[in-house]
Amino acid sequence: MAAAAALCTLAAAATTACGAADMTKQASPYAAAAGTKTVTLSVQSWVGARANTAVAKYLLEHELGYRVDTVQVDEVPAWDALSQGRVDAIMEDWGHPEQEKRYVEDKKTIAPGGDLGVTGHIGWWVPKYFADAHPDVLDWRNLNKYASQLRGPESGGKGQLLDGSPSYVTNDKALVSNLGLDYKVVFAGSEAAQITQIQQSAKDKKPFLTYWYEPQWLFNEVPMVEVKLPPYTQECADKGAKDPSTVNCAYPTTPLKKYLNADFTRKGGKAARFLKNFHWSKADQNAVAQMIAEDKLSADEAAKRWVKENPEVWKKWLQ
Amino acid sequence: MTVHTASPQVKRAPQGRDASAPHPAVLLLRTLWARPAARKLLVLAVAAAVLGPVAAATHGSGTWPSAFTVDLTKPLTGASDWIIDNRDSHWAFLYFFGHISGAIIGAVHAVYTVLLALGWAGVTAAAALIAWRVAGVRVAVTALASFAACGLLGMWVPTMRTLALMIVAVAVSVAVGALLGLAAGLSDRTFRALRPVLDTMQALPAFAYLLPVVLVFGIGVAPAVLATVVYAAPPMARLTALGLRATDKGVMEAVDSLGATGRQRLLTARLPLARRELLLGVNQTIMMALSMAVIASVIGADGLGDRVYQALSTVDVGSALAAGIPIVLLAIVFDRITAGSSTPRPARKLWATVPQGGTARTRTAATWAVAVLAVLGLARLSSQSWPDTWTVAIAGPVNTAKDWIVDHLYTGLPGIGGTADLAAHYTTWILNPLRDGLQALPWWGALLIVAALAWLIGTWRTALTAVLSLAAIGVLGRWELSMDTLSQVIAAVAVTLALGFAIAVPAARSPRVERLLRPVLDVFQTMPQFVYLIPVVALFGIGRAPAAAAAVVYALPAVVRIASEGLRRVNPGAMESARSLGATSGQQLRQVQFPLARPQLLLAVNQAVVLVLSVVIIGGLVGGGALGYEVVFGLAQGDLATGLTAGVAIACLGLMLDRVTQPTKGARDGA
Repeated sequence: MAAAAALCTLAAAATTACGAADMTKQASPYAAAAGTKTVTLSVQSWVGARANTAVAKYLLEHELGYRVDTVQVDEVPAWDALSQGRVDAIMEDWGHPEQEKRYVEDKKTIAPGGDLGVTGHIGWWVPKYFADAHPDVLDWRNLNKYASQLRGPESGGKGQLLDGSPSYVTNDKALVSNLGLDYKVVFAGSEAAQITQIQQSAKDKKPFLTYWYEPQWLFNEVPMVEVKLPPYTQECADKGAKDPSTVNCAYPTTPLKKYLNADFTRKGGKAARFLKNFHWSKADQNAVAQMIAEDKLSADEAAKRWVKENPEVWKKWLQ
Repeated sequence: MTVHTASPQVKRAPQGRDASAPHPAVLLLRTLWARPAARKLLVLAVAAAVLGPVAAATHGSGTWPSAFTVDLTKPLTGASDWIIDNRDSHWAFLYFFGHISGAIIGAVHAVYTVLLALGWAGVTAAAALIAWRVAGVRVAVTALASFAACGLLGMWVPTMRTLALMIVAVAVSVAVGALLGLAAGLSDRTFRALRPVLDTMQALPAFAYLLPVVLVFGIGVAPAVLATVVYAAPPMARLTALGLRATDKGVMEAVDSLGATGRQRLLTARLPLARRELLLGVNQTIMMALSMAVIASVIGADGLGDRVYQALSTVDVGSALAAGIPIVLLAIVFDRITAGSSTPRPARKLWATVPQGGTARTRTAATWAVAVLAVLGLARLSSQSWPDTWTVAIAGPVNTAKDWIVDHLYTGLPGIGGTADLAAHYTTWILNPLRDGLQALPWWGALLIVAALAWLIGTWRTALTAVLSLAAIGVLGRWELSMDTLSQVIAAVAVTLALGFAIAVPAARSPRVERLLRPVLDVFQTMPQFVYLIPVVALFGIGRAPAAAAAVVYALPAVVRIASEGLRRVNPGAMESARSLGATSGQQLRQVQFPLARPQLLLAVNQAVVLVLSVVIIGGLVGGGALGYEVVFGLAQGDLATGLTAGVAIACLGLMLDRVTQPTKGARDGA
């Protein structure tokens, strides 16, 4: 309570009148510090999303004269931050129907920003060297046969299905139980941990089964092949929307979307227009992502190289 | 500080005393009763014999009975939805939280603007100047070099952002902490009410705080500052209270006899006498605040923490290190400045020898004015940010070195195979049996064991707190997960203590070893825990083993430092007499040094437990599972029900572990 009292004094000193203070109108304290126009972009933890942000940032700064701040936030909190105006745009969203309904339809604090141009697909994958040696592992019905080879210290005698960050969309626990698989879902807890584990296994040519997604730069370094799950149907999706524990089919293919803060779309001027126009291909995104993650270039440097080589792609976004 | 708080002497009428000789069993009981520890155990054994069967009969002997659990999912989800829906319209947010958030953002913005206006040369010069005046020339050089290093690493702007945030967070923490400490120092009742709260807050892993703050304030700098304040204010409050309460009675009487009013007494006697504690409090607050810099980046704190966090998501240890080093440097500079200001300063003498006219006061004022002018001049001359061309990229070489080490350790360790095998063995042969054992423990049995441990080294109060905390975990329905986390903590603490004591013994014996170790320990202790996470995954794979490895690395410095200090402080007289009696060095260690250093060693255990728990929770990010994963999940999905329940369970677990290992109250203040 003393904290509140002290802060209230501070607040009274900082604001001339003791009126309402709307938190959704409070920008980052670092924004516009040097008198420049600032755009804040949310950057998610996976590298594909970082590639989008890096290129958008580079072009906003070098072509349009903005200052760009990036903040790393998980997906669902990023929606919340977007609605509050703490960030101006999310460049890559994999589909969050609940948040879409709450913020876009009901509260109207977030506006859709169009397609990114990349389609995303989630699935289960095994390394190519393992699939080549055992081609029948690529059908889910045969997975139990290989459970003993895919064991790990955390999977308790069952086969290990490696999952990543808890922020990602996943039905894997339901799938394992509904398809009667002798596997345990082991969460790496973060994508960084998952990638490190995959790279380490690949170095030793050890077999593994992992939740993974496309587009992803890691495929260039560790070639993987998708395991076929029961085909995705609308019926299965509707059932899963009601009760996530009943899902028993593959993941859908999702066109990735951009979202902007509603105020920003109205007042963001050139920057908002540019971000709406931002549209590129899977190959473009992967090229930048790989420079960042594999060649260890800084995001800015990677964006610079891509921008230099592909003017025909980005010139259109500036109109 | 007492070695052992004996339980209150309870006089009991001896039972069954009659003319005939006592039965041997009664004799045995009576001798046992004479020892406090045995007496406590006996009481618990009786309690177990009575309550155990009852509990077992009514609610089984397995995991926590479902009859005693409360499911909070519905109300918590409801609360979370309500907050999100009303955050931009309800009065509480508009007129209360909104102003708090606005004031914080305004303050950080103001500090950041000043730092930018000073430019890199101005900031560096100002830091060196303050360090010189407060703590001497050596610290000034350290400050100069540290800020230059931040610039060289290409981290100038993030460093300034973190610095701005830290200045505001530390100022608020010190203000809040000092106010609370003042209240507790002057009133016994407040002190009694506040102490358990402060104790608890210090035992909590920071990760557990984040979610509720985010929910109310959203992502950004304001919640980051608030979370930091919650974490960093307790040491200030605790040390202020301690300093005020420890004032010399004689001095107070003298002041009283001079007819001082209450306020005069406080301002002229008590506060100045508590100066050492107050400065130590500021020092501790700064260290705690800096250790939050990276954790707070999970909720949008920006600055250096965000760079570390972003680098780790691309598995880029080199860049994470480049952003982690400035945090360590800031910590070292602040530590030296605040520690230096509490000791006599040679700098002042040096300054006084400069021949100058005027009184001492005008001379000081004049030098300050000149110095400030110099800083402002530098600010005008230099650019806002460090020049881009003056940077050194360390990320590449660091990553190469890391890859080389990992490649060689992963499979090629002589004798044990490699770190991968080591991790598998650790998981299969230590963690799994321990976890299964703890989970198979009957719930009432676990409560009794905790009661026994806490009571043996503490009082019935600490035992009660510990038992209630454990019970609360059960009530929240997180029993199994907590036992999993607990098994990870116990195993990692065992490893930490074994290694820590093994290092502490030579460090205590040889000043040279101690001198060599000190900077290494400093760096390991202030380096953000997040930086360790990726290398440990590369070495140990994902799962509970890497979390344990990170925890050991993080907790080891504190254990080594406290234990070696305890061993070194053992009375030289006692050592000398042991030597003269012909004790071998092993005997000296076992029979003289360890027993005499017991309070310090117990303190080391307590610290190990608290620190290991905080990293085991973060281990949720590398596959540690259990409670840590639930918190990470809650934060990632904005799921208050999962995240907050797990957070409270962690808090209870931390409280329980602290009480079970905390022999003397307040012992940690000195460390």
